[in-house]
Amino acid sequence: MMRFLLLFSRQGKLRLQKWFTPMSEREKKKIIRDMTTMVLSRQPRSCNFLHWKDLKIIYKRYASLYFCLAIENQENELLALEVIHRYVELLDKYFGNVCELDIIFNFEKAYFILDEFLMGGEIQETSKQIVNRCIESSDMLQETMEEYMSKPAF
Amino acid sequence: MPAPIRLRELIRTIRTARTQAEEREMIQKECAAIRSSFREEDNTYRCRNVAKLLYMHMLGYPAHFGQLECLKLIASQKFTDKRIGYLGAMLLLDERQDVHLLMTNCIKNDLNHSTQYVQGLALCTLGCMGSSEMCRDLAGEVEKLLKTSNSYLRKKAALCAVHVIRKVPELMEMFLPATKNLLSEKNHGVLHTSVVLLTEMCERSPDMLAHFRKNEKLVPQLVRILKNLIMSGYSPEHDVSGISDPFLQVRILRLLRILGKSDDDSSEAMNDILAQVATNTETSKNVGNAILYETVLTIMDIKSESGLRVLAINILGRFLLNNDKNIRYVALTSLLKTVQTDHNAVQRHRSTIVDCLKDLDVSIKRRAMELSFALVNGNNIRGMMKELLYFLDSCDPEFKADCASGVFLAAEKYAPSKRWHIDTIMRVLTTAGSYVRDDSVPNLIQLITNSVEMHAYTVQRLYKALLDDISQQPLVQVASWCIGEYGDLLVSGQCEEEEPIQVTEDEVLDVLEGLLVSNLSTPVTRGYSLTAIMKLSTRFSSVNRIKKVVSIYGSSIDVELQQRAVEYNALFKKYDHMRPALLERMPIMEKTATNGPTEIVQTNGETEPSVVEPKHPPPVTQPANQANDLLDLLGGNDVVPVIQTTLPTKPASAGGELLDLLGDLSLSGIPPMIAYNKNGLKIDFTFERANPNPNIAVITIHASNTTEADMTDFVFQAAVPKTFQLQLLSPSSNVVPALNQGTVTQVIRVLNPQKQQLRMRIKLTYTHKGSPVQDLAEVNNFPPQSWQ
Repeated sequence: MMRFLLLFSRQGKLRLQKWFTPMSEREKKKIIRDMTTMVLSRQPRSCNFLHWKDLKIIYKRYASLYFCLAIENQENELLALEVIHRYVELLDKYFGNVCELDIIFNFEKAYFILDEFLMGGEIQETSKQIVNRCIESSDMLQETMEEYMSKPAF
Repeated sequence: MPAPIRLRELIRTIRTARTQAEEREMIQKECAAIRSSFREEDNTYRCRNVAKLLYMHMLGYPAHFGQLECLKLIASQKFTDKRIGYLGAMLLLDERQDVHLLMTNCIKNDLNHSTQYVQGLALCTLGCMGSSEMCRDLAGEVEKLLKTSNSYLRKKAALCAVHVIRKVPELMEMFLPATKNLLSEKNHGVLHTSVVLLTEMCERSPDMLAHFRKNEKLVPQLVRILKNLIMSGYSPEHDVSGISDPFLQVRILRLLRILGKSDDDSSEAMNDILAQVATNTETSKNVGNAILYETVLTIMDIKSESGLRVLAINILGRFLLNNDKNIRYVALTSLLKTVQTDHNAVQRHRSTIVDCLKDLDVSIKRRAMELSFALVNGNNIRGMMKELLYFLDSCDPEFKADCASGVFLAAEKYAPSKRWHIDTIMRVLTTAGSYVRDDSVPNLIQLITNSVEMHAYTVQRLYKALLDDISQQPLVQVASWCIGEYGDLLVSGQCEEEEPIQVTEDEVLDVLEGLLVSNLSTPVTRGYSLTAIMKLSTRFSSVNRIKKVVSIYGSSIDVELQQRAVEYNALFKKYDHMRPALLERMPIMEKTATNGPTEIVQTNGETEPSVVEPKHPPPVTQPANQANDLLDLLGGNDVVPVIQTTLPTKPASAGGELLDLLGDLSLSGIPPMIAYNKNGLKIDFTFERANPNPNIAVITIHASNTTEADMTDFVFQAAVPKTFQLQLLSPSSNVVPALNQGTVTQVIRVLNPQKQQLRMRIKLTYTHKGSPVQDLAEVNNFPPQSWQ
């Protein structure tokens, strides 16, 4: 299973954190520090796989954002790269040419999309269209509510 | 009270902060506003406030005061509230929090909600972070949803079930009935999550595994689904670079791996589809290679036929040539796992692996180095060592220690000649001398001592190296020791291997004294040099100079040096008559063995192993079931073992022959034995205890051939009873030359933790005079010291 997914900028600012196992705040902060240090110090053309404790860390840079996914040792690293890529595609389809600012200002949407794609450290849905349709329908449900209140909910 | 500012407003504002202090101030102000808003129990804006809190939490600020608010949001009827509430719960309310359990009722209600998206939220939250108590309470609901026809809910319920099983393994049974028709779904989401669920169940419970293999006929179902995926045409919904649903393919391959492991029937049933995937998958993009990688892992783990295994290794070989670093890395990692079991197949890719040593990527270099060491054998030692030494020269410091140790080990095992061995050691010491491990120095000294005919050559080369560079301590230590021992050979100018150098006693003493005073020398090195100088007092004629040096150091600040100097001084003054005897040449050192009697062999020059008559091992009554415990080499039970009845007796004259056959005997107290002797093929076993684990017996087999024709394609295999573990290292070659012109050696390591009597069944195959020969034998005549 996957253990955690982190998104951070080139300056090490966290943009998204998804944890698939329970951990204390202190542990989470330490892991975030470790990951950002390790990944940001990698040479530009090195391979995308690292070893950290008993986990494999797969990282990939998309524009100004680093996607960092930790998987257990028996998982397939090459497929993990595809998982990261699929998430980026989903974000791209939803936001239209997604950039870091989209994720900063709409972080809750990024989480909603992630929760339709992955769950409990495993892949939940392998079809891009179905994930997008679900998000759109959920958004629709939300919008109806906002229309009712005639103001944006948040 | 004005409406609280909107989320995006807040984000925009906070991003304008120019310093950390400014940001903190803004956050504190907003937190205060949010807190008062919470206190007012404002339903309208609760959602907005919690969303802002979550943003601030991501920046690293505390947000625990929002935990209860998340619960209230979850309990609300509005979908927007629930969405943010559940998100907040997943971020702030893991099972370590006290209020976590309060979610249970809300989740239970939402699991039965009329809107599937609300049900989805509840399932997602439960499946991501539900505690064991929650899982116990709600497992029934999840199980119900697993049987629904709504594929959106079914897939989420499946992953939720996986989480429940991980948290509370005893509940696995209750999900079993629901798994019955999971695989007949068309929906890929449900298929994928079902495969994950089945995998989880099979991994956790061998009973489940057996059940799914036999009763549910899982393998044919999976094979069918995989086949459809590969054969079906383009499906826009699941296509990734021309491959249909790679995520599902990989998951199925993984489940097949678990089902096929150690099971012949299942492995047989999946052979074809694995071959198909392996040959038909498009390899131009990462996604195809991801599938191939999983296929290779599966082939290597199940009981696949040899053709398939070779196919797998060849795929890995092709990966090694891929431009993509990630794929090369993955290939090296996999080859490292398979190198023990499929050694010959991996050998074929040796040159590509060696090329990877020159890769720019650190992770790849490390893997390539480990793999290269695993592939070294008697045949390729010269070529491999050249590459590895070149690597040692140019690699990063983090590798040098491991590489140096590896080189020493490999050289010791497979050195084709003494001179080559010494040259290799010299090369390592001069290029990576400061990274060599501390224990290498005594090992090297022992090696040099035992290579008697190379003493002059060695000391000459070490002396020359010292003249160049005295900064690398291990090199300096070994060199000073050798000069101390063999200084007389150095000045007498006798060297057969290369042009002898002209060196005077004074020059040698200059160098050693230089080491004593140099800032580069560590205290240990100084100790070595002082002792070396002292030893030269019996080998050189300039004793006065030596006496002077020694007396100076009698007042050294370094206590160790002082003690040595004072003692040596005493040697000069009061015990001068003992000096020659004390400082004479070192005897050949035996390898330290932790168990068994060690026999010390004396005198310079001659390795005279004492060949002890092995005692007839006492007959051991074998209970009937022991015979069945023997691992069956052929897999079937139809083979009658050939009991080796000849007992080795060694009359004195045979000791000489044994010496020729066995070369440099590594001395341990365990006598060698003849394990097999038939049709001109003789196999001797010699023993050694492996340090530091006394439960491991290291047996070296020596195969020799007294017939007039070579035995080619010689393969030695061995099997031991279940209580032992066996590791067979690579053979020195697979041709046993005729007429005793040479031997094939191979090392067997046997782990015998229960100290039971060692028995072994061996299988020999070779080609002799054009026809293949195969023979099985049992070896029962192990000397008791080898297993006690």
